[in-house]
Amino acid sequence: MSEATLNTATEAKNPVSGLRRIIMMIGLMRESPAGMVGAFLVSFWVLVAIFAPLISPFEPNATLVPFMKPGAVNPDGGTFWLGTDHIGRDILSRIIWGSRTVLFYAPLATFCAYVLGIVMGLVAGYYRGWIDDVLSRIGDMILSFPVLVLYIIIISTVGASGLNIVIAIVFASGPGIMRIVRGLVLDLRNRDYVAAAQTRGESAWRIMLVEILPNARGPLIVDACLRMGYVIINIGVLGFLGLGLPPPDPDWGGMINETRQMALIFPHMTVIPCIAISTLILGFNLLADGMRDISLRD
Amino acid sequence: MAILITKRLLMMLLTMFAVSLILFLLLEIDVDTIAIKVLGQFSTEEQRYLWLERNGYYEPVYKRYIIWLGNFITGDFGTSTIYKIPVAEVLWPRLWNTTILAFWVFVFLVPVSLVLGILSGMREGSKLDRTISVVSILTTSVPEFASTVFFSGLFVFSLQWLPGTSSMFEGFDWKQLVLPVLVLLVYDFGYVTRMTRASMAEVMTTHYVRTAVLKGLPYKRVILKHALRNALIAPFTVLMLQINWLLSGVIVVEFFYAYKGFGALLLEAALRQDIYMIEACTMVAVFVVVMTQVFSDIAYTLLNPRIRFS
Repeated sequence: MSEATLNTATEAKNPVSGLRRIIMMIGLMRESPAGMVGAFLVSFWVLVAIFAPLISPFEPNATLVPFMKPGAVNPDGGTFWLGTDHIGRDILSRIIWGSRTVLFYAPLATFCAYVLGIVMGLVAGYYRGWIDDVLSRIGDMILSFPVLVLYIIIISTVGASGLNIVIAIVFASGPGIMRIVRGLVLDLRNRDYVAAAQTRGESAWRIMLVEILPNARGPLIVDACLRMGYVIINIGVLGFLGLGLPPPDPDWGGMINETRQMALIFPHMTVIPCIAISTLILGFNLLADGMRDISLRD
Repeated sequence: MAILITKRLLMMLLTMFAVSLILFLLLEIDVDTIAIKVLGQFSTEEQRYLWLERNGYYEPVYKRYIIWLGNFITGDFGTSTIYKIPVAEVLWPRLWNTTILAFWVFVFLVPVSLVLGILSGMREGSKLDRTISVVSILTTSVPEFASTVFFSGLFVFSLQWLPGTSSMFEGFDWKQLVLPVLVLLVYDFGYVTRMTRASMAEVMTTHYVRTAVLKGLPYKRVILKHALRNALIAPFTVLMLQINWLLSGVIVVEFFYAYKGFGALLLEAALRQDIYMIEACTMVAVFVVVMTQVFSDIAYTLLNPRIRFS
């Protein structure tokens, strides 16, 4: 019962939540032009992904007329605004549907990596001692692999599928996140409010999750944005190397790989997915930069 | 100092040992799949059995691991299933080619990123600083595979200045090296620049720099004599750790330009399940990364008097 009253008390004390908070964030973002551009790019692709069935002119996997230049007219009606690829699939539709693929797997993988990294970092930083040593050593070991080498070995051993890519990314980025969280926890665990919670007799997990974690959120949000960019790059790279999601569903990296041999004759097939993925990554990087600016200000 | 180096080297050995154990367990625990990977899909049950028997694969796992590790340390990596010759004969020349590539990347990366980083960190918030920051975010946002496509389109297709592949069939050709180096440079310089900028900006706000400015020293002298020495410590470590990134980038670039290097070899080995080649390449990659970590740690200590004397 006491916990319920505590929750309502904190909510009443803090009416600036949900929508108001997001509006405040946008207001702050206005002060950083780079952050605004980033927010615009990211929300553009998110909207494209959400409304993919409505805005995509053709079926992404339908084979229509091959080797069409951008702007060519389909004899059966409609226009290939960005042309078609070597087996006649409309590139615009594949780009639109491909945004769903990348914006599903990248946030999912980043989120799972964060859950793992945060739990490991909290435990290592809060308990210290042997558990910290063990976790840190394991982390060091995983981080001593060049990232892509680790991905290639994992994916080529367990096979390429969406789930395996997520697992590989979680495995490879978890330790990096752990390091950051651990560093933050080492600083925060000596604060007075943590001592107060310990005196109140709160459980270790409650202290870690309710007292420490929310106070570490600033740097973590910025890092998550940057990391999202890297994860998108890595999903793209895996697709590009032929280790990505299995065809035929559209995946930007895979689209580049399939058509790169023809890039000199039909540059649009390769260049367009490259632009798509670069703008999305740029969006996340600018967003991270803007948020860092804002967080440094106050 | 000696204690630090010994400690770091021991740590490095331990990491290598653990990595080798994981790699061994991941790739060699299941002997039947090894036989299939080595002898091919169409080998008979009997052939596989004989081969495994002859090569001691029916020994207990720990014994196999010790023998494997012993061979590994003495440089016997086994025979490649793709090339049908000892792994070492393929690996070392390939590694040398990648070293050439990485060397040229560093030759340009170090001055470019340091100069840009110092210029933008010197006057934080100036127009030059903003421009450099935006450019470096922009270039790090374009992944290597995308810039290979853009640069090839520009320099190979439109301008026809450079060759589109870098396989170097007819001996060494510097023209074929330009695009791979350029792609890696463009992707990597942004990060180092931003780190240098952060370090420089921090130094510029310290008391001793302010004192130096206030006592009327020429600005140039303040930067060169007072600020730089401390501002360059952090970027040095960043540069060393950049080798880890470079090894990833090298895979993409070598794959795209068909450059006969280490990264392309690793990828080929992984795609075609040449297990002995995968093992050797991975261990080499991890060795390089761990080695640079040790070096950067030691160098950091040497460069930073506050750590050296405590």
